Amino acid sequence: MKLHRILFAFALATSLSAAAVQTASAEDAPPRQKWSFAGPFGIYNQAQLQRGFQIYKEVCSTCHSIKLLAFRNLADPGGPDFTEAQAKTIAESFQVTAGPNDQGQMFQRPGTLADRFPPPFPNDQAARAALGGKLPPDMSVLAKARAHEGGFPQFVIDAFTMYQEGGPDYIHGIITGYTDPPAGETLPPGGQYNRYFPGGAIGMPKPLSDGQVKYTDGTPETVDQYGRDIAAFLMWAAEPTLNARKQIGFQVLIFLIVLSGLLYFSKKKFWRDIAH
Amino acid sequence: MSGHSTYQPQSPFMQWLERRLPIASLVYSSFIAYPTPRNLNYWWTFGGILAFMLGVQIVTGIVLAMHYTPHVDLAFNSVESIMRDVNYGWLLRYVHATGASFFFFAVYVHIARGMYYGSYKEPREVLWILGVILFLLMVATGFMGYVLPWGQMSFWAATVITNLFSALPGVGEPVVTWLWGGFAVGNPTLNRFYSLHYLLPFVIAGVVVLHIWALHMVGQNNPTGVEPKGEKDTVAFTPYATIKDSFFIGLFCIVFAWFVFYMPNYLMAPDNYIPANPGQTPTHIVPEWYYLPFYAILRAIPSKLLGVTALAASILILAFMPWLDTSKVRSANYRPYYRQFLFIFFAAVIGLGYLGSQEPSGGYVIAARILSVYYFAFFLVILPLLGLFEPTKPLPNSISESVLSKGAAA
Repeated sequence: MKLHRILFAFALATSLSAAAVQTASAEDAPPRQKWSFAGPFGIYNQAQLQRGFQIYKEVCSTCHSIKLLAFRNLADPGGPDFTEAQAKTIAESFQVTAGPNDQGQMFQRPGTLADRFPPPFPNDQAARAALGGKLPPDMSVLAKARAHEGGFPQFVIDAFTMYQEGGPDYIHGIITGYTDPPAGETLPPGGQYNRYFPGGAIGMPKPLSDGQVKYTDGTPETVDQYGRDIAAFLMWAAEPTLNARKQIGFQVLIFLIVLSGLLYFSKKKFWRDIAH
Repeated sequence: MSGHSTYQPQSPFMQWLERRLPIASLVYSSFIAYPTPRNLNYWWTFGGILAFMLGVQIVTGIVLAMHYTPHVDLAFNSVESIMRDVNYGWLLRYVHATGASFFFFAVYVHIARGMYYGSYKEPREVLWILGVILFLLMVATGFMGYVLPWGQMSFWAATVITNLFSALPGVGEPVVTWLWGGFAVGNPTLNRFYSLHYLLPFVIAGVVVLHIWALHMVGQNNPTGVEPKGEKDTVAFTPYATIKDSFFIGLFCIVFAWFVFYMPNYLMAPDNYIPANPGQTPTHIVPEWYYLPFYAILRAIPSKLLGVTALAASILILAFMPWLDTSKVRSANYRPYYRQFLFIFFAAVIGLGYLGSQEPSGGYVIAARILSVYYFAFFLVILPLLGLFEPTKPLPNSISESVLSKGAAA
C-alpha cells in the first residue's frame, strides 16, 4: 500500500520531469571496456601498467606533463611494480632542472627517485607556443577528470554495479575514436575529428597507430590495445592507492556486516519482552 | 519529563564530584534514563546517525586540515598530496568527501521523517526551527568545503553562488566584493572559506546541543503523534534506543563504506579534478547532488532577484511549517490526504533534483516551474487548507494502546 503510493508519486514526478528528455551531447558515448581494476576485487595488472608506462614515455610525454607522479611511485606496491633499480634507471634517463647552485645558476641533472616527472615544456605558455595555441592537459589525474555522462537511468544502475571507469573508457575512446568527420561537419584549422571528443573537433593529432610502440611481451600492438594500456596506466597515475583501497574496503565491509549482525541480535534480545 | 530512575552516585569520588559538578547525573538523565516512546520506528535512528556523521566529519576534517594548504596556487596539489603522500590520506579524504553526501542524505531522511510524523507541531516548534538552522549551517559548510580542493567546479560553484548576492537591490555589488575580499573569486575568498569551513562545524555542534536540549524538554514525537501518557508508554533511552540506533548506524556504515571504498568518485563531478581556471568556464556548472533541488528552483525563475528570493524561501519556509499546518493531528498515518500530498511533495523534490542536474532548456524549465509551484503551494496552500477540511482517522488513546492493538492484529 505504502510502496505503491510512493511509486505512484515518484512516477508522476519523473514523468513530468522526463517529459522533454533529450540527450544534449553531440559526441558518442565511449564504449565501456573490461578493466582489471573494475569491481570490488579488481586490481591493477602490473604488466599492463608497465606497457602503459612505455606508451606514456615513448609517445604521450612528448607533449603531456604528468607533474604529480614521482619516479619512486613506479616502484610503489600496487603500481607498475618496477624494481627500485629499474625505477632509478628510468629516473636517470630524465633530465631535471635543479638549483640554484653556488654560482646562482639553475642546472640540469639526471632525475632521482624523489623527483617528480619533469614536464616536456618549461611552462604552459611554451607548450601553447609550440603546439598551435593548445595546451595539452596534465595527465596526473586525467583519468578521474574525464567521463561521459550516462544520464538517467544509467547513473542509478552504475551505483549498484560500482562503475568507476568512466575516465579510462573515455581515454580509450579518444585513442580509438579518430574517424573522418561526418558529412557536413567543418573542422577548425588544425582540428581533427574524434567521435568521442566533446564537440568532435580535437586539437591533438591521432597519437597512436598499429605497431607504433614495440611490446616485448607478445601483447598485440594494436591501437585498441594501446588505448587500453595507456588508459590503465593513467588510471593508476590518478588513483595509485586503488589496490589498497579495495583490499581495506573488503575487510571493513566484512567487519561492519558482522558488527551489524551482532547489534541486530542484541537489539532483538533487549526488545524481546517489550511490545513496540 | 519524569525519568525511570535517577542517578545515585556510588563511589565516594562520584559523590564528591556530584556535589560540585553534576555532570554524571546530567549524562545519566539525558542518555540513559531519558524516556523514549516505545513505538519509535527505524526512521527515528537518523538523529543518532547525524550525530555520528558530524563526529566523522569533524575528526577526518581536523586531520585533513593538518595537510591542506588554503592557497590558490597550492590547494589543488595539496589535496592530491593528501591522496598520494599522506599515510591513509586517500582514506581520510574519501571518507570526508563521501561523508558530506551521506550527512546530507541522513539529514534529508531526518527532515522527511519530521514532516511525515508532524514532529514540527506544538510543542516542538523551537526544536524544529533549530533543525532548520542546523540545515542552513550544513548547507553553508558543505558549500565552502566543496570550494577548498580548488578544482574547476569548486571555483565556478564559488563564483556562481557568491554572485547570487549581487541580486540584492542597491547593496548587491558591494556585498559580493566584501564576500570575495577582492574583485573576483581569488585567494582571499579561498582563505576565508577555509577559515569558515573549519569554524562552522563547531557552531553546528553547539546548535546540536541546543537541538538535543530542546528535544529533551518536550520529548520525542512518535509514529502515532500521541504524547506518551506515562511510564508504560516509554522505555529508557539506554539500552533500548541506543542499541537500536547502533544497529542502524552499522547498516548506514555498510552503505557508506560501499561508496568510500568502491566508488569514491561516483558522487563527485569529474571536472573537479581539473585545477581551477578562472579563464575557462565549464560547459555545465552543477552543484553537488544535495543542492540540486534548490538549484532547480533558482533556475526555474527568469528574474535573478526573484530566483534568489525563491531559493532562500524554499529553505526558510520550512521554519514556518508549525504555523502553516493547521491540522491538530500530527502523524500522517492518521491524515490520509496529507499523506498523499506529502508523497507527491517528496517526489517533486526528487524531480527538482533531477532537473537541477540537467541543462536548463525547453521542457526542463517548464517541468522545473511546475514542480517549483507545487513545492511552494504545498506549504502555502495545501498545508493551511488541508487542516481545515481533511477528515482524519481516529487516533489511539495512547501509545501502549496502539502498540498492543498492533500486536493483537499481527
